[in-house]
Amino acid sequence: METIDQIAMKQGEAEEVGSAAVIAVEGLRKSFGTQRVLNGISLSVKRGETLAVLGRSGTGKSVLLRLIIGLEKPDSGSVRIHGQDIAGLALDQMGEIRKKMGFLFQHAALYDSLTVEQNVAFPLQHHKKEMSKSERDDRVRGLLAEVGMEGNLAKMPSDISGGMQKRVGLARALALEPDILLLDEPTAGLDPISSAEIDDLVLKLQQEHHMASIVVTHDLHSAKAIADRLALLNEGDVVIQGNFEELQNSDIEFVREFLKHS
Amino acid sequence: MIDRRLSAPPDMAAVLPAPSTLPVSSVLSIKGPISQFLEWFGDLGIFFWQVVRAAVTPPFEFRELFRQLDEIGSKSLPLVALAGAATGIVLSMEARYSLTRFGAKSLLPAAIVFSIIHETGPIITGLVVSGRVGAGIGAELASMKVTEQIDAIEASAVNPYRLLAATRILACILMLPLLTLAADLSGLVMGWVAQAVVEPLSFHQFINSGFKGADFSDFLPPTFKTMVFGLIIGLIACFQGMRTQGGAAGVGRAATSSVVLSSLFVILADVVLVKLILIFFP
Repeated sequence: METIDQIAMKQGEAEEVGSAAVIAVEGLRKSFGTQRVLNGISLSVKRGETLAVLGRSGTGKSVLLRLIIGLEKPDSGSVRIHGQDIAGLALDQMGEIRKKMGFLFQHAALYDSLTVEQNVAFPLQHHKKEMSKSERDDRVRGLLAEVGMEGNLAKMPSDISGGMQKRVGLARALALEPDILLLDEPTAGLDPISSAEIDDLVLKLQQEHHMASIVVTHDLHSAKAIADRLALLNEGDVVIQGNFEELQNSDIEFVREFLKHS
Repeated sequence: MIDRRLSAPPDMAAVLPAPSTLPVSSVLSIKGPISQFLEWFGDLGIFFWQVVRAAVTPPFEFRELFRQLDEIGSKSLPLVALAGAATGIVLSMEARYSLTRFGAKSLLPAAIVFSIIHETGPIITGLVVSGRVGAGIGAELASMKVTEQIDAIEASAVNPYRLLAATRILACILMLPLLTLAADLSGLVMGWVAQAVVEPLSFHQFINSGFKGADFSDFLPPTFKTMVFGLIIGLIACFQGMRTQGGAAGVGRAATSSVVLSSLFVILADVVLVKLILIFFP
């Protein structure tokens, strides 16, 4: 079994040889029972770049994110984070890689027994033990201010709206200053104004922190607003990858159909 | 499943027995539950190994452990003490009736004391805790699982086996003997009260007479065997909770199965442990 130092060394070597992709997915396949969800997809994301993964419901977009962060194991194919293949890593070794990744779940997945403040403090309490309480409190307040939630520190997740929960989830995802941000349907279920606010927030954070981001969404307007590139999934395959103009100019029937109904 | 009548000539079909009466179908029909049980046991073993591995490697989750010690220990204390007290009263009344009938009334304090510290106190504690704590842990972790909170813990680079399972299982292991002491004590006190109501007897006399001829081997092994009950309750409840699927119904199933399975395995383990105690502490 590789030690955490060995993993870090390999990461360094991979970066030295000039691998620009922070996230590299290759030939990823995943099935649940007899249902094939991902059919050998490949994509990569560089530092400072945002890729929006689009597609109809049930096409494996969320599964793709869960595979990238290691919450699911692929049937075949590889996921490389900073050049390090995450296959076969033990939970604690994977933890070292996850410290550099922020994940916003579709329903925020805030800890319902903790306050908003405690939710954001959770990763810091576990991984920044050298931080004093006052430093940690300052950091949590700073993160919540960044997402416009500074006035809700003592509230429980059940006492705030879905949009606010997503903001808190975003603050929690940013707590460890990740260089990879994975967002699962950040605007799903929100009203148009809240959606636009979340989009602006993601764009602002992206510009400030220069992370490699993957945003899973079925909202084309949101994807157009925040992403540098788009990848359209259908039946487990990437139908097309490119910028918004490339999608608009595509002759592929599914792409035209998708754009028409978005 | 192959129906032999389908491939037989028409005139043979009436002669051949129906598929349900064939031995092969009987074997196949019991194969499902058996393989499911073996699969469950295998998964439980893997889960246990992951918890042990997480528990013995740093960072240690002391804060969560202390929280669980309070949650499992302090908050179960009133219930366990009440159950112990009720058991002590019932034992006193029943033993009095039986021993008087057989002319052995003088053995009444010893019968109550030995019965409580040997078996009744530990098993009552095990069953009460498996009901209260087993259901609580099963439902809490299942709810966290279906709302992706456990995934969120893992995505935050925190090992959920260490944070959620190891702390709860360890708290169950550590608190069960202490709760057993509480059940024993309240059982003895109320056993004496039930005795003293009928026939005046000081608590000092009751205890002296009850513990006459008893030594630590009568007291320590039955008390410490409840650490195994704690392991069973914590392990099964965490396992059932963390493998839940299927929304609110899944949470309900996890809570129910945690209580049913942990109670069942506590009783089965007690059979084995009593035999072992009798062998090693005759």
